[in-house]
Amino acid sequence: MGREGEIVTELIPAFEKEHPGIKVEVQQIPWSAAHEKLLTAFVGDATPDIAMLGNTWVPEFVALDALEPLDSLVARSTDVVRSDYFPGIWSTNVVDGATYGIPWYVDTQVIFYRSDLLAKAGYSQMPSTWADWRQAMQKIKSQMSATQYPLLIPITEWRPPVILGVQAGSPLLRDDGRRGAFHEPQFRAAFDFYASLYRDGLAPAFSASEISNLYQEFERGNIAMYISGPWQIGEFTNRLPKEMQDKWMTAPLPGMNGPGVSLAGGASLSLYRRSAHKREAWLLMEYLSRPDVQLRFYKLTGDLPARREAWRDTSLANNRYTRAFREQLDRVVPTPKVPEWEQIATKVFEYGEKAIRGRMTVEQALAALDRDVDALLEKRRWLMSRRKLANR
Amino acid sequence: MARLRIPSEANTAAWFFLAPALLLIGVFFFLPVAASLLLSVTDFDLYGIADPGNTRFVGLQNYSKLLQTPDFWTALRNTFYFAFVGGPLTIAVALGAALLLSSKLVRFKGLFRTIYFTPFVTTLVAVAIVWRYLYHTRYGLFNYALSYVGIGPIDWLGDPQWAMPAIILMAVWKSFGYNMLIFIAGLQSIPEELYDAAEIDGAGPIRRFFSITLPMLMPTLVFVSVVTMIGYFQLFAEPYVMTQGGPLRSTTSVVLLMYEEGFRWWRMGYAAAIAFVLFVVILIATLLQFRLQKERA
Repeated sequence: MGREGEIVTELIPAFEKEHPGIKVEVQQIPWSAAHEKLLTAFVGDATPDIAMLGNTWVPEFVALDALEPLDSLVARSTDVVRSDYFPGIWSTNVVDGATYGIPWYVDTQVIFYRSDLLAKAGYSQMPSTWADWRQAMQKIKSQMSATQYPLLIPITEWRPPVILGVQAGSPLLRDDGRRGAFHEPQFRAAFDFYASLYRDGLAPAFSASEISNLYQEFERGNIAMYISGPWQIGEFTNRLPKEMQDKWMTAPLPGMNGPGVSLAGGASLSLYRRSAHKREAWLLMEYLSRPDVQLRFYKLTGDLPARREAWRDTSLANNRYTRAFREQLDRVVPTPKVPEWEQIATKVFEYGEKAIRGRMTVEQALAALDRDVDALLEKRRWLMSRRKLANR
Repeated sequence: MARLRIPSEANTAAWFFLAPALLLIGVFFFLPVAASLLLSVTDFDLYGIADPGNTRFVGLQNYSKLLQTPDFWTALRNTFYFAFVGGPLTIAVALGAALLLSSKLVRFKGLFRTIYFTPFVTTLVAVAIVWRYLYHTRYGLFNYALSYVGIGPIDWLGDPQWAMPAIILMAVWKSFGYNMLIFIAGLQSIPEELYDAAEIDGAGPIRRFFSITLPMLMPTLVFVSVVTMIGYFQLFAEPYVMTQGGPLRSTTSVVLLMYEEGFRWWRMGYAAAIAFVLFVVILIATLLQFRLQKERA
């Protein structure tokens, strides 16, 4: 999918040379169309042998019963070494105890910040607790004009409030994903903190489409911190002018009382149940999982490797910007593994927006959020109770 | 009412000639409509795609749930707002432009006609992206112009109060050209003698407009307003590209809501129910419009 789909074709010839009998056909689809295409392929009985899946999609395709469990293959493999993967990332592929995907590349959110502005406020590095973080932002704000903000979190993004919630210890969903846990005290504390960033003028209430050029805003000092993923390293390097290059840095996310967790993202390779070439497909998955191939893929795409061994290479170990990601990847957790998660996630920011804009109090917003989430999970509850009856 | 009597053998022939068209309409229109009506009384969704056994017959529950969802009422209100403010505005601007371009005083008519019509044939997505820049709070052209008269800055697409007006403004600009052309055609079919006679009788330009132009243009006006209204009730692409329905769902239309439920969350049964509610709304609005026009005539 996307650029990865183009670039993986450069890795294929070496695989075909190793396995002369196998011919790999790569089909590229843009990310925006991928989800729909894979679903229609499933309905039309035309699924591929292997597909790259955003790892938040795994539970959905497991619900469709489209994917092959890989545990026995992994146990026998010498190329796919489970212990060499980041545990948080690996667990995104595990649904009800079975593994349905092998992490291909990883993704998580860290802070991109203007080190010079932070230094001017008296900080030599990013603070690691919420309280210190807030204090740093207040100091930066006091040196800014009214239309400049220390932090940018577009209010149409669900990840920041969810990350803060997980940092505060919220399970997000309760009863094995049957109901929402958003009005419970943990998420409540995180949501208060989140809403206060906007209320106190530390972050502007902008939606993502209102920011026309993030890099320009960053360069002009209109924002000093931004939460984003690894692909942004390349963008910051290419789009910011030369004189800005030693003025920005990345850092792991602060947490409630110390270094905080972030979300486990990225893409996995999955094997389709209906594939007629499972043995050959698994060989390709093993090949793409080898540390040297992972490293080559990183050099071609900038996508961070899933294998920790690949991270020992100098190209990553000595990179000042990926270091924060390496540290953060040891502290990542998956989002709840229910197929409804993405829809729940959009509800989180919708009610966040209502609280930020003062249409609802935090209390009202969270109660309404749980009500909506419970309604979304009604079908899941019905299916689970039916399955329980069948197993009895 | 007298019924037209047709010999039966001609009837067979008629059916024969109609068959290809009827078949196409049947397969590609009535069948899907019947299927989605059926869908709308089930809870067919992602789990149903996995295993049809996971689908429940829910009767009218989708509809009752829909009517209890605040998001639906917001979407319906937004759609009405767009149709009943944007629609008449488009028609008024189109009529104004048509009158201007039919006036004997205007030169380069062909050029202006082309210019006004161009937005209509431009890809909407491209237009929306350019307009998003025009609406930008800090760097946009609109706020730049407004700052000279001491207004603003207005957060066009970020403020729930302004987002829909901003979408309407763009939609009017984009689609009035088409209606304008139809009005020009309508204006050209009004005999010149009527105006000459009225002028001799001492009627001024305003009197001539209301006593000749408007009544003679009535059939065109009915056509244009029905077509515009039906089109505007199906508002989708503008908010989809410009605002994704935000801020605070202030630009979410019924069709956008249906798209989200159906093709983003794969709750097909629920989405089918939304489609039928929209169908009924448009049907009622169209019938009402015809009734109003008939009463006036």
